[in-house]
Amino acid sequence: MRFLARRLGFYLLTAWAAITLNFLIPRLMPGDPVELLVARMKGNVDPAAIDAMRRAFGISDASPWRQYLDYLGNLAHGELGRSITFFPTEVSTVIADSLPWTVGLVGVATLISYLIGTSLGVIMAWKRGTWLDGVLPGATFMHAVPYFWVALALVFVFGVTLQWFPVSRAYGLDVMPGLTGEFARSVLYHATLPAITIVLASMADRILGMRNVMVTTLGEDYVVMAEAKGLTSRRVMWAYAARNAILPNITSFALSLGFVVGGSVLTEIVFSYPGIGSMLLKGVENEDFPLMQGIFLVISLAVLVANFLADLAYVVLDPRTRQETE
Amino acid sequence: MKIKIGAGILVFFALMAVLGPLLIGADPAATSEDGLQGPSAEHWLGTTQTGQDILLQIVYGARVSLGVGVLSALIATVLAVAVGLVGGYVGGAVDEALSVLTNIFLVLPALPLIIVLAGYLPQRGAASVAVVIAVTGWAWGARVLRAQTLSVRRRDYVQAARASGEGPLRIVFYEILPVLLPVIATSFLATVVAAILAEAGLSFLGLADLSTVSWGSMLYFAQNGQALLIGAWWWFIPPGLCIALIGTGLALVNFGIDEIANPRLRTIKAPRKART
Repeated sequence: MRFLARRLGFYLLTAWAAITLNFLIPRLMPGDPVELLVARMKGNVDPAAIDAMRRAFGISDASPWRQYLDYLGNLAHGELGRSITFFPTEVSTVIADSLPWTVGLVGVATLISYLIGTSLGVIMAWKRGTWLDGVLPGATFMHAVPYFWVALALVFVFGVTLQWFPVSRAYGLDVMPGLTGEFARSVLYHATLPAITIVLASMADRILGMRNVMVTTLGEDYVVMAEAKGLTSRRVMWAYAARNAILPNITSFALSLGFVVGGSVLTEIVFSYPGIGSMLLKGVENEDFPLMQGIFLVISLAVLVANFLADLAYVVLDPRTRQETE
Repeated sequence: MKIKIGAGILVFFALMAVLGPLLIGADPAATSEDGLQGPSAEHWLGTTQTGQDILLQIVYGARVSLGVGVLSALIATVLAVAVGLVGGYVGGAVDEALSVLTNIFLVLPALPLIIVLAGYLPQRGAASVAVVIAVTGWAWGARVLRAQTLSVRRRDYVQAARASGEGPLRIVFYEILPVLLPVIATSFLATVVAAILAEAGLSFLGLADLSTVSWGSMLYFAQNGQALLIGAWWWFIPPGLCIALIGTGLALVNFGIDEIANPRLRTIKAPRKART
């Protein structure tokens, strides 16, 4: 459990760093955000909005230390300030409305991509030297493709040309949100293209990474031994080689999560998906600094939680991390 | 072989960025009467809505996209070298602190941070965008360099240098740094590609300098000019393809190097080949 405790400590530290970064960014970047906003809106700002913003940033005449403590206090109460775009809605409400869409879409797509990518990597390593190696150049190419470009291409082919799938929104205009089968079908139908985008764009990393580790593992003596004992290839491939090869793969998966989330932000924007990525862009476009910052904070914390889950999976798979002695 | 193809792709784009605009010498933003034309003999890659030549934009865009990528990677690599080498060599509490800092920046999602920082920029010129991308992109290099420094610092010649009374700064930058140059070069290239991707994403959102032609801004205008709905595939395919090709070139170089280091990874099971 020491392993988990250490990781948890690191994530708490990182969460604190993200929170502090969030406090520092508006103060360190050139210009006062409040004055910037007033200048850009040419004075057409609700005085109440300015006041709310000052409070959201904790910008006052108090000492920086006092401001920082006030900010932490507000945060502890879930107080992220009020959005300028949707004034007077609270930033936390805007986020609460959009977060489920993102978590659903990105969570499911990432899981699918991980499962397919890793399995493909295992199989490709097992059958290396066969026609399956033909996938490699394709994976090498997909590994560097920008998410939003995949999204544009899918919209063009399946949305506009073939008209198989809708290209924007999260559910049809004709259905009422609710716990009905019709609504669920509409949501799935609308999520198809965005999900395929994320799966396609993030899968190549998993295939290439898993294949490389697996190929190295296949040369280990215990794999040769297992084969010599006459175990079925399936058992050797999955229970002996893949089970060991998957450990570095989980670490690299956790590290790539930030990148996947960044790509998903862009994907959401292409599809006008009502998630947190679209909200982030709206915030930036409207100089809605409280919304922008609240979203950055939530995305960072979500990535930390996902990382911790990956660590839990690691502990389950690797008995060495469960040993009490160092 | 992989290294050759990969390096060929990278050199091709580098030459395109450096020499292309000199050879052509036309204005990529110039509009004409022939709007939204598909590829033809006159316009090899077709035209945009306002009749700008897309091939011309790709060539000029290479300069901005690669320029921001290289500038940003230079800054990030300097940061990575400073943090990685100092942490790895000095050790102790300094190393602990720098490692934690590196790991924090590795875990925090880069693109949302870049978007937020760009949102605060009063002017979103190429240089400030490059700095913002660099601030979020140095951690991976620092982590790799720290690990390498840890192994190099135990070598005999470094011990000898220390015994002969060389100062820590001199040892780090004159004794250790040169040995790590290949590692620094690889991490630099990887950072260039990541920075190109980040710049493209930022421009695509309209958050970078839209008055200059870059691959990302081309995609921004294609998206906002309804290129998809009109069916103008020649408008949005080329810029994304160029970005992906540069990434592929780099990946091929990296995989080629991996295969030299780890022969098991080679795809062709040739009995005996003179060279790979």
